[in-house]
Amino acid sequence: MSDFLDRPEREIEQLQQLAQRVLDRARQGGADQAEVSVSSSLAREAAVRLGEVDVLEEARDRGIRVTVFRSQCSGSASTGDLRPEIVDECVDRALAIARHTQADPSSGLADVSLMADQAVDLELWHPVDLEMSDLLARARAIEDAGRQADDRISNSEGASVSTEAAVSVYANSHGFFGSSRGTSYSQSCVLIAADEAGMQRDYDWDSRRRFTDLAEPALTGAGAASRTVRRLGARRVPTGKVPVLFTPEVARGLIGHLVGAVSGSSLYRRASFLLDAVGQQVLPEWVSLVERPRLIGGASSGWYDGDGVATRESALVADGQLLRYVLSNYSARRLGLQTTANAGGVRNLAVLGGGLDFDQLLAEMGTGLVVTEVMGQGVNLVTGDYSRGAAGFWVENGKLAWPAEEITIAGHLRDMLQGVVAAGTDIDTRRNIQTGSLLIEQMMVAGQS
Amino acid sequence: MMFELARGHLLQPAGLGEDDLERILARLCGPGVDLGEAYFQRRVRESWMLEDGSVRGGSWDVDQGVGLRAVAGTGTGFAYADSLHLPALMQAASSARAIARSGQSGRVQAGQAVQAKHRYAADDPTATGQASDRVELLRTVDAYTRSLDARVTQVTVNLSASFEAILVTASDGVLAGDVRPLVRLDIRVLMEDGTRREQGFAGGGGRFELAELMQPETWQEMAREAVRQGAVNLTAEDAPAGHMTVVLGPGWPGVLLHEAIGHGLEGDFNRKGISAFSNRIGEQVASTGCTIVDDGTLERRRGSLSIDDEGTPASCTTLIENGRLVGYMQDKLNARLMGVAPTGNGRRESFAHLPMPRMTNTYMLPGQHDPAEIIASVADGIYAVNFNGGQVDITSGKFVFAASEAYRIKNGKLGAAIKGATLIGNGPDVLTRVGMVGNDLKLDSGVGVCGKEGQSVPVGVGQPTLRVDGLTVGGTA
Repeated sequence: MSDFLDRPEREIEQLQQLAQRVLDRARQGGADQAEVSVSSSLAREAAVRLGEVDVLEEARDRGIRVTVFRSQCSGSASTGDLRPEIVDECVDRALAIARHTQADPSSGLADVSLMADQAVDLELWHPVDLEMSDLLARARAIEDAGRQADDRISNSEGASVSTEAAVSVYANSHGFFGSSRGTSYSQSCVLIAADEAGMQRDYDWDSRRRFTDLAEPALTGAGAASRTVRRLGARRVPTGKVPVLFTPEVARGLIGHLVGAVSGSSLYRRASFLLDAVGQQVLPEWVSLVERPRLIGGASSGWYDGDGVATRESALVADGQLLRYVLSNYSARRLGLQTTANAGGVRNLAVLGGGLDFDQLLAEMGTGLVVTEVMGQGVNLVTGDYSRGAAGFWVENGKLAWPAEEITIAGHLRDMLQGVVAAGTDIDTRRNIQTGSLLIEQMMVAGQS
Repeated sequence: MMFELARGHLLQPAGLGEDDLERILARLCGPGVDLGEAYFQRRVRESWMLEDGSVRGGSWDVDQGVGLRAVAGTGTGFAYADSLHLPALMQAASSARAIARSGQSGRVQAGQAVQAKHRYAADDPTATGQASDRVELLRTVDAYTRSLDARVTQVTVNLSASFEAILVTASDGVLAGDVRPLVRLDIRVLMEDGTRREQGFAGGGGRFELAELMQPETWQEMAREAVRQGAVNLTAEDAPAGHMTVVLGPGWPGVLLHEAIGHGLEGDFNRKGISAFSNRIGEQVASTGCTIVDDGTLERRRGSLSIDDEGTPASCTTLIENGRLVGYMQDKLNARLMGVAPTGNGRRESFAHLPMPRMTNTYMLPGQHDPAEIIASVADGIYAVNFNGGQVDITSGKFVFAASEAYRIKNGKLGAAIKGATLIGNGPDVLTRVGMVGNDLKLDSGVGVCGKEGQSVPVGVGQPTLRVDGLTVGGTA
């Protein structure tokens, strides 16, 4: 256990040896090029419910994925079993598949000149060897605080605390060997409140790279309690067009749809409502999106992407205008463009331009709907049509009036993005897309007839 | 026979015997432990992808390992090993038993092989047939699909096959094995007409051999369906918004039952008292015409099982009978705590996940009405025949499912196609508003994936045509 935490370089060394074995075998098997990702992690989780132990889990996960290229034909294989003979079988299987796939002129490794040549310590590794009993005590403290915070809390789905330490290696036949290591500490609490109308459930959570940065247990417990009880008495709202305010967790999803629509794989499949949109106004003039993949201690920081290409700070949207797409080496080649070092997605994408706090946003909205949760998969990136279930709060005279549920919100993503009229300073930095609340001028809300 | 096969896949290559299983269980069963269990699994998956007219990718993936759990009261200690070798298993067993208190060790009953009826063949679809035939199939499907309509501009075809062997042994005497094939073909088209672009999709599969999916009549029907859907969507108008009558087509729209009713009737949520259906056994929760079952015993279906992941033989569990709530779906832990029998619904994504109550194939039995009569009975509403899947909040009971093909109904007649829209309702009362049940029960084509607490498992759904008198439709018009 603590061996992994104390000396991650030893684990990385083993993964590198395995990666080298894969690359050697692929070359001997006739591959022109090959790449390999290997990962290894150690996780512990303690969950309590109503003060009793619910689950104690210890997880040691490993995995390897191999891709080989031969005359522009590719084959891939993976396993969670890192014994050398199984890894060798994976290479052979990948080679066998590459004998059957068809030549793809876009396939193959990114150009050697694009490889990240300088390892950077992004300060993501902060190990603490916590005993299961430490995690359990913390989970109990969280749940206790939540259950005691309000008389209307009637039940609990429990609280949990987890730790994870992970190392990974990406290597390819250009001779590139990258490694990274990171820790992550998380806690969450899910509570139930009841009144004569029925039950409601909500949660609170936190996740940090340093254990000491985690929110106080009482804060997460009390947060879960207040989020849950404020939903009691929720009802449907009248059907009609109103302004809608997305809180940061929902706003992150909206920006995620924009990223999805300008991602290479959507574009070369023509499966996007934002084809040929570089240079176009996709957001209002006062909004910019900047990607900072090398942010020290960032939630999704990395110095190389999934192709081994060096990451760098780069604007995605400036003054509302789309400056570039989100491309891996493969999707870039399909489109006849250069990679943007986004194999694996965007990293620490920040939404800039917000200036109002949450109360000011409510005042700005006047009457409308705050959305704190969306449900279902009703997002069509091909057409931009958006229709989802929602829950949140009805707002009158710039103040939260009552909780709302069993309603839908609908619109077109292009209009929703261009219709952002204000952004909040309540920025959530815990995920790869970092945004505050977003106020959208108007959406169709359906509830009562 | 399944047990022998599973043993051949899992224990013999690792040199493990039944005495080793006993040793592992003995290590797991610390003081106060009610159940010690070892779950061995090996899964091989093969997949091929065609895009833009050529087979651009293929993958082969193998995972194996052993999940070890020790259950004491309501608590579970869990650890797993990605190796099938004894020292690693004993170490993981020690971690899992950390849940145990001090005192006397738990008792291990001698294992006896569970007998269960086989619901599917034991052949490995990943080891049957030639790769070149798979690649050729994808190219043939592509050419055929493109030939159906000049507006088809992109075709993506995915073919996959997996084969899983599981063996479970537990301190309550269970010793069981299963081998599970699963195959699937998906066809997705992009169609363009002027400035409009829309998608169409069709897919299917089940627990059988790839050769069946490779039959021309099977994939040609899927291709025609995908193109038909894309063509319909090219003409779709904005969907209406508001509360209205909704007629749901037969088959895949049964996702309604899965979300509105199914999850809320899983034993864990009810044991904890956090489901909108908790403590409601015996109550009328649906119209009298509604009888709903969860049936893992259907031959060769995607959601079917010979035994569940705890070794309990699959069964057909009646959830709602003539509108009355009569049963929950259970795994061993929740069944024991609620004082009922397990129902064969204990499932897990893999050895690295804990089992919990999950659905298999969930469907409503047919009623009396001709589907045409149901549509004719609606003055103003929508008819929804295809969906993208859904989601539910089991505590408040609110659920959504997103239509991907739907039509207006005006004065009993089908009108224009409308764009996809999310429908939202309240699980405990939506089925009380079922006004008519069709005589046309249909099961889905074999594409369902259910997610719960981060674990995915294959499932099936089905229903006859249904008229629901009041659901909120999330359109823009």
